[in-house]
Amino acid sequence: MLRADRLVKYYGGKRALGPVSFEIGAGETVGILGLNGVGKTTLLRIVATDLRPSGGAIEIDGVDALRDPHAVRTRIGFLPQRPPLYPDMTVGEYLSFAGRLRGMDDAALKRRTAVVEEITHIGHMRNELVRHLSLGYRQRVGVAQAIIHDPAFLILDEPTQGLDPAQVVEMRNMIRDLKARYTVLISSHNLPEISESCDRLMVLDAGRIVATGTEATLSERLLGARRVEVVVRTAGSDSTPPDAADPVAACIRAVAGVREVKQGEAEAGARAYTVSAEGDVRAELCRALVLAGFDVLRLSETREKLETIFLQLVATDGAHDVDHLPA
Amino acid sequence: MRTTWTIYRRELAAYLSSPMGWIVAAAVLLIDGLLFYAQALGPAAGARLSAEVLSRFFWNSSGLVAIAAVALSIRLIVEERQHETLVLLNTSPVRDREIVLGKFLSAFTFLAGITLLTIYMPLLILVNGRISVGQVAVGYLGLLLLGAAVLSVGIFASSLTRHQLVAAVLGSAFVGTLFIFWPMSFVLEPPLSRIVASLSLHGRNWSGFQIGTLHLKDVFYYVATTTFFLLLSTKVLEAKRWE
Repeated sequence: MLRADRLVKYYGGKRALGPVSFEIGAGETVGILGLNGVGKTTLLRIVATDLRPSGGAIEIDGVDALRDPHAVRTRIGFLPQRPPLYPDMTVGEYLSFAGRLRGMDDAALKRRTAVVEEITHIGHMRNELVRHLSLGYRQRVGVAQAIIHDPAFLILDEPTQGLDPAQVVEMRNMIRDLKARYTVLISSHNLPEISESCDRLMVLDAGRIVATGTEATLSERLLGARRVEVVVRTAGSDSTPPDAADPVAACIRAVAGVREVKQGEAEAGARAYTVSAEGDVRAELCRALVLAGFDVLRLSETREKLETIFLQLVATDGAHDVDHLPA
Repeated sequence: MRTTWTIYRRELAAYLSSPMGWIVAAAVLLIDGLLFYAQALGPAAGARLSAEVLSRFFWNSSGLVAIAAVALSIRLIVEERQHETLVLLNTSPVRDREIVLGKFLSAFTFLAGITLLTIYMPLLILVNGRISVGQVAVGYLGLLLLGAAVLSVGIFASSLTRHQLVAAVLGSAFVGTLFIFWPMSFVLEPPLSRIVASLSLHGRNWSGFQIGTLHLKDVFYYVATTTFFLLLSTKVLEAKRWE
């Protein structure tokens, strides 16, 4: 769906972006994660053909966006950070205007307006002036204009910025709905939002992609290990240290791939362990513990929090060049 | 062309729904009416030939049309930048020239509407004096051509910045300079004086319309000036994408 090759953008003599290269497949929802000012909006504006890059190539849906931006614009929908709304228009007039700009005729407009009003829940606001809308509704109308022409590729720049918690939840639900219909590229510095909404993440720092992958693969590749939490029932005292004298810890250590075992806190009558291992050892762990006669109360993979991964990625000097993780 | 029409309709609706459009219209009609009364009907009017009254009417109107054109055109692109709505046009399958043309045509329609509402004044002269319909028609053609040229200069100024005030100052300065070219030509030596006079937005290129004489070179000048500044505005919009 999208192929960007060594995109670079300079503002004057200052490099704001790149070189960045990436691909997005049809139906994927990809999140661009980064702190403010790292080049997220610049990248999205280039993808949306609002801004021309200083160098590189970009292809959307098989069309060269630099040679034929006009053709690309029929295939994309863009919601910038601040929705591009005319305060003197009603919601209905605005959607009609946005549709006609994309070459839609009356019949197509009528059909699509009904659909987008249903997706964005703005049908009852059709006759309201945009200037009277709350921030949440403005954002919804912004999404509505971006999908009115049923584009193949949707670009959302910080869609939840400035919204209150209730509106953020509504927007997340809407994005979940949009995921099912479109290929989506979302930028955000809101970590939970991007983590929940996206199939894949690209972490941007100082204009470059420092890592790409799912939350799980980023965690695994960055930390070099997977973590499993095991809770085992104990018959007697549960304060035994996890050393060689602890039969449970010894049993876990004996499993191939296990690197480290740490005892954690657990409820009375149980003992918890955090196990670092190379690869997925959950099945082997479970089998070994059960065969050794221990009652396994819980066994689950724990992922490193996205915040931790993100902060490690952007805080590590020199990581840009070495930590480019494949999807 | 369809998108030009879409932009044209939206901008025209914006003029009709904004106080700015109506304030400009009211000011032009009021001042033009007062000047006409003073010069044609009032006690200080004196005894003038009807052709002279008509000529003075068009002279007054040309200044008002120019001021109104600056006021109407300044908002056209700068407001899109302020509201950050230009991005909608930029990311839709709309060419920069269609954006500029749609906006220009909407402003021109509104300005032409205001200008033509003054027709009752020349009609009064026509009924009571000795002027021809042709004189009136040529005068209005001149007002519309002048208005179109000033609008294009205003749109160009509007495309250069994201601040209304800066755009207003720039637009007024550009138009003022083009107006001043005519008096400047009297104090300059040839060939510079001829070049400056031929580029003047008023004076030599306008005087024919004022007295009801139609010269094709004058029409060509205004059409060329309008086209030049509209093309320049289009190029500025294109260039802004490279910034």
